Amino acid sequence: MDMSNSLLIGQYVPSNSFIHRLDPRTKIMIIFFFVVFVFFANSAPSYAWLTVFAIGTALATKIKLTFILKGLTPVWFLIIFTFLLHLIVTKEGEVLVEFVSFSIYSDAIQQGIAISFRFFLLILVTSLLTLTTTPIEITDAIESLLQPLKKIKFPVHELALMMSISLRFIPTLMQETEKISKAQASRGVDFRTGPLKDRIQAVVPLLVPLFVSAFKRAEELAMAMEARGYQGGEGRTKLRELKIAKIDVLSFIVFALVIIILFFLRA
Amino acid sequence: MDISFKNVSYTYQPNTPFEHRALTDLSFTIPSGSFVAVVGHTGSGKSTLIQHLNGLLRPTAGEVQIGEFKLTANEKPKDMKALRKNVGVVFQYPEHQLFDETVEKDIRFGPSNFDVPDNEIDKRIPEVMDAVHLSTAMLERSPFDLSGGQMRRVAIAGVLAMDPSVVVLDEPTAGLDPKGQKQIMDMFHQLHKEKGLTTVLVTHSMEDALHYADHVIIMDHGTKYMEGNPTEVFTQKEKLQAAQLDLPEIIQFLRKIEETFHISLPYKGQTIPELAAELSLLLKGADGYE
Repeated sequence: MDMSNSLLIGQYVPSNSFIHRLDPRTKIMIIFFFVVFVFFANSAPSYAWLTVFAIGTALATKIKLTFILKGLTPVWFLIIFTFLLHLIVTKEGEVLVEFVSFSIYSDAIQQGIAISFRFFLLILVTSLLTLTTTPIEITDAIESLLQPLKKIKFPVHELALMMSISLRFIPTLMQETEKISKAQASRGVDFRTGPLKDRIQAVVPLLVPLFVSAFKRAEELAMAMEARGYQGGEGRTKLRELKIAKIDVLSFIVFALVIIILFFLRA
Repeated sequence: MDISFKNVSYTYQPNTPFEHRALTDLSFTIPSGSFVAVVGHTGSGKSTLIQHLNGLLRPTAGEVQIGEFKLTANEKPKDMKALRKNVGVVFQYPEHQLFDETVEKDIRFGPSNFDVPDNEIDKRIPEVMDAVHLSTAMLERSPFDLSGGQMRRVAIAGVLAMDPSVVVLDEPTAGLDPKGQKQIMDMFHQLHKEKGLTTVLVTHSMEDALHYADHVIIMDHGTKYMEGNPTEVFTQKEKLQAAQLDLPEIIQFLRKIEETFHISLPYKGQTIPELAAELSLLLKGADGYE
């Protein structure tokens, strides 16, 4: 059961491309606006243009494109499923093919392609964020971007801390899961075959030790934080200050151009 | 059961940026009934190696043969359960695998997964509790109420209750106090002799390898670096240091004696009192005093 093999989403791949070095706030903002503007695309050229941008960015990360696309395998199924759903449900435009029980309409194909493309672009670009940005950078950026909410007494620092702690412990828990499932497999547990009832029961020897160790870890972490005098965000300084550099400004300008061109390509 | 590795390689996450080769062209044989120590520094491939012994991992190239079970990249034994029943693995910090309400239920878990009849398990439980030096009064307690050392013994009892013919130990004494370490190792050694087990011990401790094993395999960078009789292997200081390994204390001590007093006292598996007697004889004899 090698879980680290199957899923790419949320994984960080170290490299030294300029995308990796961008300020995480720049990346989050650009991706936020990209997600918004994807919904403005409504013609083949506009979709093509956004795809060029997305693939270009992916290439700029210096991570192998085949690796990224393969890592999105679980998402591919979702995209294909969406496409098929559209094919069946949409009943507008001309009838293209007729079967005994239902027919496929021209609009269905168009809409199916458009929605699947939108889906693909959204997933690709957002996964580029996590591929090129460490979880710590992401939480730092979110804390910094949410600063204005402090005025309405929103606990920004606490939220960011919670996020970074949970992100920090995901790989630890994955490792632990793998370790315990191996230990139990050695004691004859079969997680993969057999009737559903047995397989659900097989999870108990996995979950109990996992919870026990998670609680233990939480307690140890709390103790360690207290021992080092942690007392929340008040007057706290940062080891790595976020700084907007020339390259960030440049990226924003390029992105703005991309969006302007997008509006020219709209139908 | 005889164990043999033929040109085994293993790569984690092949064809990704995280690709990592853990074993490279590893070959060795472990005859049935021997006590083998696998030694190497962190990241030398020891843990990967032992996961091949009960089919948790299959080699990406080469062939692993355990008794009549054969593992290659493309074929696995039809009856994986039978392999796992025969090869009991005690992982590092085995107490982390405890989960059931009582000690008894937890020990019962392994053998009942392998369809051992209940009355047979009832018979085995007092035996394994005795083997790990725990009183049967503990059977009704929750494993989570026990001390760390007791939890580890319960977890080991759970593996022994499967009645394996090969026992694989991944640093079974890590995190125990010195007395507990010696007790656990002596216990495994005794079981090894009494039951005629094949034992594979993965360890950082040169002392344990020297003391308990009759064959040593030294791993470095995912491949076999040295192999042989413990006393022969552990006297090659320069070669060991190149693999970032130390000599066992007792051999270091004998070397120091040789350098200081210019006398030769070869190590042949003597105990400390025996060595002390030999040493005093040599020194007194050399100085001509009586």
